[in-house]
Amino acid sequence: MIVLFWACALVAIASGIWTIASRQPVHSVVGLIVNFAALAILFLTLSADFLAMMQILIYAGAILVLFLFVIALLTIGSAPIETGRGRLAFQAAPSVAAGIAALVIMGAGLRVAWSPTAAGPLNDLGSVANFGQQLLTTHVFAFEATAFILLIAIVGVVMMAGRKELRF
Amino acid sequence: MNGINPTLAFAIVTAIKAGVLIFVVVTAFAYLMLFERKLLAWFQLRVGPIWCGPWGLLQPAADAIKLVLKEDLTPATADPFIYKIAPALAVLTALMAYAIVPFGTFPDGSPISIANPNVGILFLLATGAIGVYGIALGGWSSQSKWPLLGAIRSTAQLISYELAMGLSIVGVLIIAGTTSLQGIVAAQSAHHVWFIIPQIVAFLIYGITATAETNRAPFDLPEAETELVAGFHTEYSSLRFGTFFVAEYINMITVSAIGTLLFLGGGDGPFVAQIPWLTIVWFLAKVGLLLFIFIWLRATLPRLRYDRLMAFGWKVLLPIAALNLLVTAAIVALRGHGI
Repeated sequence: MIVLFWACALVAIASGIWTIASRQPVHSVVGLIVNFAALAILFLTLSADFLAMMQILIYAGAILVLFLFVIALLTIGSAPIETGRGRLAFQAAPSVAAGIAALVIMGAGLRVAWSPTAAGPLNDLGSVANFGQQLLTTHVFAFEATAFILLIAIVGVVMMAGRKELRF
Repeated sequence: MNGINPTLAFAIVTAIKAGVLIFVVVTAFAYLMLFERKLLAWFQLRVGPIWCGPWGLLQPAADAIKLVLKEDLTPATADPFIYKIAPALAVLTALMAYAIVPFGTFPDGSPISIANPNVGILFLLATGAIGVYGIALGGWSSQSKWPLLGAIRSTAQLISYELAMGLSIVGVLIIAGTTSLQGIVAAQSAHHVWFIIPQIVAFLIYGITATAETNRAPFDLPEAETELVAGFHTEYSSLRFGTFFVAEYINMITVSAIGTLLFLGGGDGPFVAQIPWLTIVWFLAKVGLLLFIFIWLRATLPRLRYDRLMAFGWKVLLPIAALNLLVTAAIVALRGHGI
């Protein structure tokens, strides 16, 4: 299991670097697919079966396909826009700040994970039945609130996109 | 297995199982193609392939040799890396589904399959969802007009029909009360009812969306010859073209197998209690029947217009699937139990 963890962790990091380093946006999408696949396997090693499948089904299967759809349409036959680093200079300070914040959060997470008093996961929580039970009983408020937020987003998109008559 | 690390032994056994399964599935693909060509010929009052071997039985081998010997071209404008991995991605995602398909039961009652995760059906939906990348990336990386149009059509079609397909499957899950494929099959044989009877609407929606998901006629817009040359694989030649072909036909076998497991009782059938080996025969017979219907549709129906295809998916199939799910859920809730 530990071999699987290290293999997937290394693949996840490498593909993450590939995602942000590649010049061609479609290569970034491919890197992100590999990253999601490695993450899903990591979830499986934590017996979070449901989460692993959702990672693939929703993120890799639906959201990333839409990304690819748009990127493929936009970049056909064109060179990357940013060729030098000059245009991105103003982003240096915010990204350093975000990086420091991410390190702090990661450090805090690792401290909790390694502390001996940390509560282990509930037995078999990751299975579909238990996950669904928890979602619709213990966490029902958060679940319904998320659904409501998504509904607002959908209504907003329809409002913005549907100025003219909707046609299919 | 004494003295061997159990994890290693498990990995080796699984690898052997997977190797055998891939061989079986790829052979099945080869003869599915012959089956299709023969049937199409008979539908059109022709004889089909007859020259290679008796009754044309060696035709798949001849086709394979021809494809392998052809020149493997890469267009000068193509993105070489993506262009080369796209066919492999297509066939990889097509084969992944077989990790959990139960083909039947051994005489001791244990299932013939590689794995039985409790997320079974979600795994199948997930492999189906990422199956689109082979086509989308293949069409994009060719960097020419027709493949890009084919890839975009295909992506839009897959996203649209995936929703209705998912909703039609959830009805079965509610009745069976489990997401494990073996559990669904067991629920059907235990209660002597195939889910096609309570879920006939879902079965029809599943059949239609499965045809669209595998880009088969009458939903083969992504490779409409009259408009797009050959769609997403126009620029591909040799074995890479063949790989896309393998992926498409394996996907056809996969959706037929899933339809059999969810709606037709899997390996259930007469005399399985006396002779357990019959489960695999019944399973294969039902998959064969569904494959025949696929080919029958191709021989019968003309291609849809693109706007009709989209309108049908979103305005007809999706509402009916949602209504079916709602009614099923209400009945199960009122009865207090599924099957």
